[in-house]
Parts: sequence; C-alpha cells; structure tokens
Amino acid sequence: MNWYLIVEALPLLLEGALLTVKLTATSLVLGLFIALPLALLRASPSRALSRPILLYTFVLRGTPLLVQLFLIYYGASQVEWVRSSILWSILREPYWCALIAFSLNNAAYTTEILRGGIRAVPSGEIEAAKALGMSYALRTRRIVLPTAFRLSLPTYANEIVLMLKASSLASTITLMELTGTARKIVAQTFSPYEVFISAALIYLGITFVVVHVVERVERHVTRHLRRVEFQNDYDEQARDMTQIPALEQVAR
Amino acid sequence: MNIKTISSEPTPGSSATRVALRVRDLKKCFGSLEVIRGVSLTAHRGEVISILGSSGSGKSTLLRCLNFLETPSDGEIWISGRQVSLRDGRTGQREINALRMKLGMVFQSFNLWSHKTVLENIVEAPIHVIGLPKREACLRAEELLLKVGLADKRHVYPCHLSGGQQQRVAIARALAMEPEILLFDEPTSALDPELVGEVLKVIRSLAGEGRTMLIVTHELGFARQVSNRVVFLHRGQIEEENEPGAFFGNPTSPRLKEFLSAQSGEARR
Repeated sequence: MNWYLIVEALPLLLEGALLTVKLTATSLVLGLFIALPLALLRASPSRALSRPILLYTFVLRGTPLLVQLFLIYYGASQVEWVRSSILWSILREPYWCALIAFSLNNAAYTTEILRGGIRAVPSGEIEAAKALGMSYALRTRRIVLPTAFRLSLPTYANEIVLMLKASSLASTITLMELTGTARKIVAQTFSPYEVFISAALIYLGITFVVVHVVERVERHVTRHLRRVEFQNDYDEQARDMTQIPALEQVAR
Repeated sequence: MNIKTISSEPTPGSSATRVALRVRDLKKCFGSLEVIRGVSLTAHRGEVISILGSSGSGKSTLLRCLNFLETPSDGEIWISGRQVSLRDGRTGQREINALRMKLGMVFQSFNLWSHKTVLENIVEAPIHVIGLPKREACLRAEELLLKVGLADKRHVYPCHLSGGQQQRVAIARALAMEPEILLFDEPTSALDPELVGEVLKVIRSLAGEGRTMLIVTHELGFARQVSNRVVFLHRGQIEEENEPGAFFGNPTSPRLKEFLSAQSGEARR
C-alpha cells in the first residue's frame, strides 16, 4: 500500500467529492420540487390525473439512469432545432445534462415514495379535517403533507444515499466528480487499489453524515410518538390555567 | 357571542327560525345497495335527538350524509333555514365547506391529528378556516379544555392520552368552530367501559347548555336520559320516533321491541 500516494491524491479527491455533493444535493432539491406536485396527482383517486404520472415514473424508473444520461448528453446534440435554440447553451454543458438527468430520475423515485406516504395518512384524520370545513389545499398543507413526509422519511433517506452513489455516473460524461477524479488519477499513477479505496472511503464518509442527519430529523418529526413527559412544564401551565375565567361565564 | 343571543331570540309563530336541521326524503345508495331509503327528520334548536338501530341500519351513513362525508343520492337538507342544493348531485365544494363549518362532527375513532398537540388540534380549524387571530383561538381552546376537564393536557400529543381523553379533545375541537349542530357518531363505541362515563358526562353537560345535537349511540340508558326525542332506524328507514319515555316504555313496532329486548338482555349478561 502506497500511503504517500493516498496523501497526495486526497486534496484532488476531496475537490471531486465537493462536486459530487453539489450535484447530489441540487438533484435532490430539484427532484423534490418536481416530485411534490406529481405525488399529489399520483395519489389522486382520479385516474385521468394519476395515470400520466404513473407513465412518467414507470419510464424513468424502468430504464437505466446511464441510458437517460446518454440520451440527454449525446442525444440532444443530434437534434437540429435543439442545437440552434437557446436550449443548446444548457444542453452542451455536461454539468447541466447530468443535473437534468439526475433530477428527472430522482423525481420519479421520490414521487412514488411520497405517494406511498400520502396514501398512508390515516383516512380518519383527513375526514376530521373535511368535517371541520378545511379545503383540499388547506388540509393537504396542514394535515396530509406533514404526516406524509414523516412516513416517507426512512425510505427517502435510502433514496438520498442511492442518489449519492448514482452521481458517479456523471464521470461518464467527462465530469470530474469523485469517481471521475479517481479514474483520472489512476490513469496517471497506475495504482487503482489506493485511489479507488480512498474514493470509496470518502463516499462512505458522506453516507455516514447523511444517515446521521436524517436520523436527527426523524427523531425530531416523530417526537409526538415518544413517551416522554414534560411533567414540570405541564404543572406550571396548569397553574396558569386557573386564572382563566370559567367557560360558563364566557360562552353565555 | 352577541350574534348568538340575537338569533336565538324567540320569534313567535315562525317555526323556521326554530328549526336547526330539516331533512326530507334523504336517500343514499352505494352502487345498487340502498343504505338510506327515504329518511325525513327535523331537529329544532336546542333539541337532542338520539338515533338508535342495529349495525347496518344506516345510522352512521345518515349522519355522514348530513355533512357530505358521504354525498347523498337524493333528498333535501335544510340547515338553519337554508337549503343545501343537492338535487343535481353536484354541490359546490365551497358550499359544502360552509355547511361543514355549521356542523360539528365527533367520530367513533376520535380522529385527532396525531402530529399536533391537544391545543394545536383545537386551534387548527378556527385559525385556518375561520381566520380567527391566534391569541383568540388559543383562549377559546383553553376555555373548552377547561370545560372538558383537560386543561393540564394542552401540550400533550394525542397518543399520550387515553381513549376517553382523546374523545373529549375531539369534542372540544368540534366545539371550537362554534357549530350550530353537533353530530356524534357513536362517540363511546371505541372506548373501554370504564372510560365511557367521562365522555357521556361531557355530552350530557352540552345537552344541558341547550345545544342542538344528533347522537348515534348504543348507550340506551344515556339516550333515554339525555334526549328529547329518540329515533329508531331499521334498514335505512325510520321505524319509530318518539319522546324517550314512550319510546322505551311503550314501543309499538315489533322491530323496536325486538331490538330493545335484545339490548336489555345484553345488559343483564
């Protein structure tokens, strides 16, 4: 094992890792923005609304991400009107091509994850919202989505990690992210062992951080399910309560 | 609150103002299955009506039709003198929401929002549906919590409460919208026997305040005590309707006799 080589390659690899993180994070954010409305349509009881979304998720989840990436990167340049349009300034950049492919692909998976969460919201809670006169938009925002997000979180954490690793495909269209940088160094030094192990460890480190952050978030959003009593707080507030006039006087 | 006093002022001769709810020939079909087969019912202001019937008689469906959790197939509904248009089968969502604000619904399984605290559950609709200022909504909520005896639980999440406590919060949540009519859909059926009493006590105190209430229940003794009128539903139709003394003491329809004797047998066991 050539330790000196690892130390020398590390700054370059970390620089690549930065692009990996940037690519992953941006794709996840864009993917979530696309997925949110799609998931609501997909969860709708109306077939006319949910079927087109099903087609979208079926196609994007049923074909390899690498093929989708190639289609956008190589395919777009074959179309004459794309090359002559303003789109070309975006589609000729490998970074944007990767971002578009990753976002669309990630949106498809996230849509299905969120749909599962939306459908799992207890129907009684939705009925209670309806019975109180809450409109569709209001109860979606205040009741359905908060619960759906919480229910989706464990599955979504998995999707974040998968997206992180899938971002290595960007190296096939010349992007120098973590995997791309590693391959370049290997080509120069002929020591695949050291360099790829270093790259793998960096991926592992990022995953570790992601898993931890999600765990934190999860603990926060499931606080209402834990059996912790803040008894002192309650007692204090109960004392305050005695100062409020009895309802009988106020309501009449 | 002033508005309430004015509107409840007795206007002699005009019965329309005293009628809180009128249902005429209500029907509900699920496919080819007719669950409600022409029910007519009138509830005057301040009246408590209990609805009894064996399971499958359409009691819950009738209640759910009133606030459009089920869309009625046919019939007419008036809420405080205003007719709800359902003839063409497509009532506007806006009209439905306005209607639902006048009807407070309490469910068998409480249906509290599990991700919100007791207080948040109660202030949610007043703040976001009526547009009540937060402070005022909280004040109203705390008064209601005091009334249902749960003032010390306001920052607790529903899963930390017993069934009886959850149901009392659900009642407070319905009351927070200041509905004109309260609908109870088997409010104690999902509770352990020892918790039934605390919920009935709250409902009884609401009846004492002169609120208009429709109660679907299996608690015969409670129905007898608290109601002005008892309705017996059988296969989607009203089989018998009377004031509680005559209803329980002197039932005329054989179905009701059968039902009452079966229930009292159950109680003796």
